[in-house]
Amino acid sequence: MSQAHDASLIMQDGHGDGHGEGHAHEHHPFHQHHFTTMEQQFDASKIGMWLFLATEILLFGGLFVGYGIMQSRHLEAFVAGHHHLDWKLGALNTCFLLISSFTMVMAVWAASNNRNGNKRGVLITNLLLTLGFAGGFMVVKYFEYSHKLHDGLLPGKFFSYTGPDAVPNMFVFFSFYFMMTGLHGFHVLGGMGAITYLIIRSIKGDYSSEYFTPVDLIGLYWHLVDLIWIYLFPLLYLIT
Amino acid sequence: MNTWLRDLFLPSAASIKAQSVDDLFMFILWLNIIFFILIAGLTILFCIQYKRRSANQKTAHIEHHTVLELTWTVLPLILCLIVFFWGFNTYMQAGVAPDGAMEIQVTAKKWIWSFGYPDGSVAIGKLWVPVNKPVRLIMHSEDVLHAFFVPGFRIKQDVLPNRYTETWFHATQVGDYVIPCTEYCGKGHSEMKAVVKVVSQQDYEKFLEEGDPDEKGLPPEKLGATLYVNLGCSTCHSIDGTKGQGPSWKGIWSAQHKMVDGKSFLVDENYIRTSILQPQQMIVEGFEGIMPSYQGQIRERQLVALIAYIKSLK
Amino acid sequence: MADVIASPAVHTGDHGHHADYLSDPQHKGIWSWMTTVDHKRLGVMYLWAVLLAFLVGGVFALLVRLELMNPGEDFMTAEQYNQAFTLHGAIMVFLFIIPSIPAALGNFVMPLMLGAKDVAFPRLNLASFWVYVAGAVMAVTSIVVGGVDTGWTFYTPYSTSTGGAVTMMTLSVFVLGFSSIFTGINFIATVHKLRAPGMGWFQLPLFVWGIYATAIIQVLATPVLGITMVLLIMERAFNIGIFDAQIGGDPVLFQHFFWFYSHPAVYIMILPGMAIISEIIPTFSRRTIFGYRLIALSSVAIALIGFLVWGHHMFTSGQSALAASIFSFLTFLVAIPSGIKIFNWIATMYKASISLNTPMLYATSFLLLFGIGGLTGIFLGALSVDIHLHDTYFVVAHFHYVMMGGTVIAFLGGLHYWWPKMFGRMYNETVARIACALVFIGFNMTFLTQFFMGSQGMPRRYYTYLDQFQPLHQFSTFGSWVLGAGLLIAAVNLMGALRGPKNAPDNPWGGTTLEWQTQSPPITHNFAGQPAIEHNPYDYRYFKVPSDAV
Repeated sequence: MSQAHDASLIMQDGHGDGHGEGHAHEHHPFHQHHFTTMEQQFDASKIGMWLFLATEILLFGGLFVGYGIMQSRHLEAFVAGHHHLDWKLGALNTCFLLISSFTMVMAVWAASNNRNGNKRGVLITNLLLTLGFAGGFMVVKYFEYSHKLHDGLLPGKFFSYTGPDAVPNMFVFFSFYFMMTGLHGFHVLGGMGAITYLIIRSIKGDYSSEYFTPVDLIGLYWHLVDLIWIYLFPLLYLIT
Repeated sequence: MNTWLRDLFLPSAASIKAQSVDDLFMFILWLNIIFFILIAGLTILFCIQYKRRSANQKTAHIEHHTVLELTWTVLPLILCLIVFFWGFNTYMQAGVAPDGAMEIQVTAKKWIWSFGYPDGSVAIGKLWVPVNKPVRLIMHSEDVLHAFFVPGFRIKQDVLPNRYTETWFHATQVGDYVIPCTEYCGKGHSEMKAVVKVVSQQDYEKFLEEGDPDEKGLPPEKLGATLYVNLGCSTCHSIDGTKGQGPSWKGIWSAQHKMVDGKSFLVDENYIRTSILQPQQMIVEGFEGIMPSYQGQIRERQLVALIAYIKSLK
Repeated sequence: MADVIASPAVHTGDHGHHADYLSDPQHKGIWSWMTTVDHKRLGVMYLWAVLLAFLVGGVFALLVRLELMNPGEDFMTAEQYNQAFTLHGAIMVFLFIIPSIPAALGNFVMPLMLGAKDVAFPRLNLASFWVYVAGAVMAVTSIVVGGVDTGWTFYTPYSTSTGGAVTMMTLSVFVLGFSSIFTGINFIATVHKLRAPGMGWFQLPLFVWGIYATAIIQVLATPVLGITMVLLIMERAFNIGIFDAQIGGDPVLFQHFFWFYSHPAVYIMILPGMAIISEIIPTFSRRTIFGYRLIALSSVAIALIGFLVWGHHMFTSGQSALAASIFSFLTFLVAIPSGIKIFNWIATMYKASISLNTPMLYATSFLLLFGIGGLTGIFLGALSVDIHLHDTYFVVAHFHYVMMGGTVIAFLGGLHYWWPKMFGRMYNETVARIACALVFIGFNMTFLTQFFMGSQGMPRRYYTYLDQFQPLHQFSTFGSWVLGAGLLIAAVNLMGALRGPKNAPDNPWGGTTLEWQTQSPPITHNFAGQPAIEHNPYDYRYFKVPSDAV
């Protein structure tokens, strides 16, 4: 059994010489052992994030389809329902999220160009700004929700609005309004948590042009949260 | 061989639709048999023929064979397309009832079927139809999903609570055909049955005039016993004392029944009458108010018979 | 003799024996298992978990069959029976079959086949396991606190109106979905980024192709199930008005949502089974696989077309004739790739050197049983015939031939194939063959009969039936005992082997893929060095079968 060349496989001993240059992991503290290079690790993470975003789109997609079908069944009720949403507040929130997306892009740029800490300040500032706008979004959402709560414009069996423009089945509109904006709101809150984590690690100086995967991935996530709102806003606030 | 296989798999065909469905069924069955013999035969043949006889037995190196692979891609595709068009065709032909079909309203609720005739009369548990006439069924459910299935006619249609669905048949053989519910609907699902009574035109007209001939001439007690099954009472009420969805009928006559609201009633003629016609007023302690009302769906004679029957269950 | 293997180059240098992943002195004790990020250990933990689920689901199956011995109430009331078949279905689908091959065997074998040290996201893998456990605990809780009687399909409006622990069960399905998504994401990234040098897409072992196609479906379909379960819970809790007809909802919409996931889920179940067969047949035939590319690409084709056929579960639901026709047409299209695979597997056995060891016995059983399962699907795809057969025992028999005759048989074959690799121990071959024969016979006794009952008009989900069906029902129940006995013997045989000495050679079957080129059981980091690929898998022209292979 010594015909090594008959074998279909060749094993290269990873600990041999001549591989030193390719092994950046000897140097970088965040390199995981099962990846050969930092690039491979980064690419894998990126694929993972894109796949996760695909599942998010399908998750919201189910709600969008449900919304579309129920809207065609109860068109009048949906139109009447949307008059109770303040499009100005919705537009303000759209602005908040759009600006926060821009600051997130800046943060990713700063992280990926951060050499020896020269962009650390820009990175932290932009992350803080993103967090701030996200907070602003949630504050506006809070005022909108409490207004609906006050009027009894609530989902399902909690719907108790009896104003002059009340239409049968209006509760279905508010069921979807709260489910969709609620699920989106949870995603904003989750994003705020993730950004806070990025800020803490940025202050520790963990991110540099060699390693900024978390900033990049959470940036992608944040753009998706923004994108979903871009669809939610006209769908809920601007239907006629 | 063909007839033997047909009888092995399919109940005897009793409607026009059944014939065309069965032809396709048999075609697919033969396809199945041929392909199974091919798969099993080759597998077993190769296992024997090419059994390993020595450790260094030479094997062929065949990576692929375009013609062969095309064959078993295209041939099954053609066969599948034939089956698709055949099935599509018979489905579309069978889709819409012919003009002038007799219309019957079918109502499903947990766990009985009732049938409304053109003259306004209602029958529970039995669908009387004349032979050799197209019959269109317009169906809806009063609670959850049910499905109307007549194996002998090869028809099936879900019955929905929010809209009407329909199916139709043209019975060709006089006889009784069972209608099992085939969409799961809870506790009584397995016993939610009715019967299609296919009869001659004269017998059908006689039924419209005089009511169910099976019930005629029976003493009330006997009639009550048949109604107990036919009207669906047996789904929830036992006659041997075991607790079902509703109270057992055994030995309840002259007993005191305690209601969920605390009242108490003597089980007598009026109590039973109200329980059948307005069941929501008479919910016995320990049970849920799930019984449907039989108001307008049961004749006076049938009520009397049921009362007599309950009286007899000592 | 364990050191004499195909490619001595694997064991470069002096390391005669490394500590394997089971007995690694650096990872000892329960806690090291519970927090492990080693794909092999996670695969083993998943294996015990899904086998436990299989046992519970199987006990419910035996109870269901026992109740059906006679018409009428035997030892279960109608309500208890409804709960029993619901739990059998829900546990088998969500806790057993879906995670069985990908999460247990896939986790263990796939990174080895790729020549990788681990999956791309080892910590996500660990999270996936514990999310699965959490979901399983919730499912069991729902049984204890009130039972579920909706059927595993949770059709509305029954599921929104019935009592019991439906909310808890649907929540558990939602949670289990996350576990499935995490596994899917992990596997896709692994296949893309962690292949050994020289391993292109068409050098991947076919098992990896199958698991890859499965992962795509897991990622794309499961979120829709998740949102469907959320909507169902919302409808139950708050009457949001989407599925409940009484408040303006549409119960059929639920069926569309549900089958949009659950039909692709059928392929989540069968593709990994096919993937295992594509490994076993060439190995035990000592021949290259016939039509590698067609088999690989047909998995992807099945995964994609599988998304477009969900409506064939609803031919009697009142959907439009046009929709029904399109769904029927696409259903026939999705049948073709499966047929191609069967013929390619058979062609692989032509001019081969076949040894009928236990894994190969299961693989040949698979060809026959899955063949029947697939062929009987043609009846159900044909519109007018399906109207007659829908929701009868014919459907029950058909999908058991696919799910059990296909997936479970392949799973058993895979267990017997990789058991020596996973645990380093050989099981008793004779006992394993007897168990396989019993499973085969018992399975056919149980389910072949159900085709006849179904087309004669026996509806599914009935605890009682017309007297005419009694002989066939009884025969079916006897069959379930033979089947149960076969499975029990197989389990005792496999578990019993674990108490024996570590006697398995590194490559007991003469397999060509990378997992056979490391030690049995593998070392903690899988390979002593970085493996590289020179030839296509299953190419026995360049492969020297070790002398200690069977």
